[in-house]
Amino acid sequence: MIEFTFWDIARNLLLAARWTVLLSVVAFTGGAIVGVAILLARISKRKWLRRSAEYYIGLFQGTPLLMQLFLLFFGLPLLGFRIEAWTAAVLGLTLCASAFLAEIWRGGVQSLPNGQWDAGSSLGLHYVAQLRLIILPQAFAITRAPTVGFLVQLIKSTALTSIIGFEELVRTSNAINNATFEPFTVYGLVALIYFVLCYPLTRYTKKLELRAVQR
Amino acid sequence: MGYALDFGWLNDAIGMIASGAGMTVFLIVVTSVAGTVLSIFGAIGRRSRHAILRKLVAGYVELIRNTPFLVQLFFIFFGLPRFGIRLDPVTAAILAMTLNMAAYSTEIVGAGLDAVPKGQTEAAKALGLHPRIIFIKVILPQALKVIFPALTSQIIIMMLESAVVSQIAVRELTYEADMLQARTFRAFETYFIVTLVYLGLSIGLRRLLYAVGRRSIAGGMA
Repeated sequence: MIEFTFWDIARNLLLAARWTVLLSVVAFTGGAIVGVAILLARISKRKWLRRSAEYYIGLFQGTPLLMQLFLLFFGLPLLGFRIEAWTAAVLGLTLCASAFLAEIWRGGVQSLPNGQWDAGSSLGLHYVAQLRLIILPQAFAITRAPTVGFLVQLIKSTALTSIIGFEELVRTSNAINNATFEPFTVYGLVALIYFVLCYPLTRYTKKLELRAVQR
Repeated sequence: MGYALDFGWLNDAIGMIASGAGMTVFLIVVTSVAGTVLSIFGAIGRRSRHAILRKLVAGYVELIRNTPFLVQLFFIFFGLPRFGIRLDPVTAAILAMTLNMAAYSTEIVGAGLDAVPKGQTEAAKALGLHPRIIFIKVILPQALKVIFPALTSQIIIMMLESAVVSQIAVRELTYEADMLQARTFRAFETYFIVTLVYLGLSIGLRRLLYAVGRRSIAGGMA
């Protein structure tokens, strides 16, 4: 039997937390890229595109993330893709994030007065240029607080990838707990690590919200 | 290589899926009621005259909101027995869900309380009503009316989040799905069907809450 000191537990958890951070960053980046595409479809002039984006968002917001991960993890091999836990985790969180981010940003776009579009047209800008130069920068600026807030939600969501077998913080903590039988210490530390990751972002969100109110 | 989807197992599985869905609904009903009541006390505590109470509630809210539900669940189910608090899976799940839900809705209820104009309290005071009556009969109904949509969303988020309590062997929808796919070896089809059930539950729950809310809160009380 190997003896684990408190320091051993903490060190192993911190090492595992790197994967949580990496997964969060990758999924947020991927989610932002796909999210912009969904957003463009959601505010498109074509009705079928708007509808499809609406259903896409509704699907991801109306089903548990755990089910989405399971479907990818078990579904993609049926289509002939070899898939590992990491791939399913990144893909699942990216798609889910894209739906939430698109919906947040749509709120930003729709809160802009129509005059912004009209002004763009009167300057002779075409649709893409209007979006790129006028609409999207403002929409992103308005929705910075909920976007950062969603990042916090995403970091917490990475915990679910432990269930499909991705070796991040929670899965490592389960293994350590099985070896040490010290669930109180182990899960307490895990909670603390998540808190240290998320709390500064939450504070930042609050600050952004306050600034938005004062403006 | 082609893979043919097979839903032949579904006939025998309907009972399991239904009982799992029943458990999920049971969990969310208990959690919604307990969580909302707790969050009303939380919101009052957050606005208390006593700084200690305010700080305590704020700390609780931040702690829950900045850690994953799964970790909270494991902490309660695996961690608490250290102190002789041994809970069965269903109780642990309800406790974890209620504590989680209460933290989020404390903020929501608080925002609702702040949205009620001060004149309402003053008018009620002028009528000589007891402070407790003022809160229950005047302030709270108006606050609930404002926050009802946000509270509904929170309840649905909690319902979707409840999928993870399968990890401590609560026999809800996801747990039954895990059992089914282990028996039928039809993992994709099983989770596909169960995902649709969740989608139906969240759409149905939203409709139901809006229908109930429109009648009892928006109509009768306020």
